[in-house]
Amino acid sequence: MTEHTVKAFDRELQDLVRKISEMGRLAEKQIAGAIAALSAHDVELARRVIAADARVDVMQREIEELAILTLARRQPMAVDLREIVGTLRLANALERIGDYAKNIAKRLLASEPDTAPSAAVQSLKNMADLVLTALRGVLDAFVRRDLSLALRVWRNDKAIDAAYSSLFRALLTYMMEDPRNILPCTHLLFCAKHVERIGDHATNIAETVYYVVQGAPLTEERPRGEAFGAV
Amino acid sequence: MNEIAIALPERPASMAPITGAGRKLEGAQAGVRHAPPEKISVRNLRFFYGQNLALHDVSVPLYERQVTAFIGPSGCGKSTLLRVLNRIYDLYPNQRAEGEVLLDGKNILGPGQDVILLRARVGMVFQKPTPFPLSIYENVAFGVRLHRSLSRSEVDNCVESALRRAALWNEVKDKLNASGQSLSGGQQQRLCIARTIAVQPEVILLDEPCSALDPISTAKIEELISELKAEYTIVLVTHNMQQAARASDYTAFMYLGALIEFDRTGRIFTSPTDRRTQDYITGRFG
Repeated sequence: MTEHTVKAFDRELQDLVRKISEMGRLAEKQIAGAIAALSAHDVELARRVIAADARVDVMQREIEELAILTLARRQPMAVDLREIVGTLRLANALERIGDYAKNIAKRLLASEPDTAPSAAVQSLKNMADLVLTALRGVLDAFVRRDLSLALRVWRNDKAIDAAYSSLFRALLTYMMEDPRNILPCTHLLFCAKHVERIGDHATNIAETVYYVVQGAPLTEERPRGEAFGAV
Repeated sequence: MNEIAIALPERPASMAPITGAGRKLEGAQAGVRHAPPEKISVRNLRFFYGQNLALHDVSVPLYERQVTAFIGPSGCGKSTLLRVLNRIYDLYPNQRAEGEVLLDGKNILGPGQDVILLRARVGMVFQKPTPFPLSIYENVAFGVRLHRSLSRSEVDNCVESALRRAALWNEVKDKLNASGQSLSGGQQQRLCIARTIAVQPEVILLDEPCSALDPISTAKIEELISELKAEYTIVLVTHNMQQAARASDYTAFMYLGALIEFDRTGRIFTSPTDRRTQDYITGRFG
């Protein structure tokens, strides 16, 4: 896109996008860390993830501050306005994502080692991989203004929903088979729900990318995964 | 991967851009859903300064009791367009307009048009406040007496009512005999607006009304515009994009004598259709 007559405005916008990328990488690292800690019951790693969440929160405040300052200073219009609104939304989404990663790490501290069925842990890990790919995709889409990549992730959320749904049923079965599974499986179920919610935030980010690029909200109905009660 | 062959939701047909010169009025209206009635319809307007073509087939609706802002870089023709709407260009030699400007359906460019009457119906306020070297009272009463024969007390009432509607009454009621030129710039501009509305026009043309004013006076004029639109159709030419965004219902972007885009103001400033509009309003022009 052509540059602004006022060069400092371009630098401020670039700064915002750069900060979003940085915050995005941090959020990805937090998710990966939380899941790795969970798989290996690595308490030390879990503690580090919990501590690092403060950094995610700080980044959100920094981005918000810079965005507000830019709004006040430049009174942006059209695509610039949408981009700044987009960074505000992304910063909020990433902050929530950071909280979910932290909550997963906290669950680990509350649970006993080697009590959860390892197959279920592996399923959760696979589901988290899907979510991480989605998150990476929408963040790249935001930086590159890549509408088709954003839409691909957006449509793909149904795979994450399906993985969650299947894990939910598996955990239910473990719990019915043996009441001693109830505590570890309940912890895992909450973790799975957190991961599923992170996926939802990734689709929200995809919708924000669409809005920033197209100037209109994405109104199409998103394909949903299998629905079931009591979730 | 292939499954993303989904159709991107397109803008509804009713939001089609108004691009290029010479589009018919139906095209201009297409930018707006549920459009209010048109007070003025500019159709295929061409304007010449001598041999120079300054407006290329401009067609645009001006909706009744709405504020329409014209924006665009210097020399884009927005002030020229404004000067056609009350035929003030008639005062200058070698300037002529072709096409149609329908005021309530009647072409004001026709030879039978009484321009004095037209200028009473279509009032104008200029960039620099232009109070007459008369008292505050006489500045407003002058036009009233010109157009209507009224008793002294009726003129008094007209003057007070116009000054009230221009949000100036409280500041000047105790010094109506002071010179209009003794007022501050912002007050002078509101005096000029009072002078304009005193003759009960139907349309008010504002040519950069705030460019010589401080932010407080500007805010007062903008507040006034939002009150006046209950009664009048308002056309606002401004270089201040934020002002257009704040004060208008519809916005037209002009460039090099052509109308590039016309739409609801909210739309123009958040997601304009034409690349040139976007470049202009985001400060990426030239």
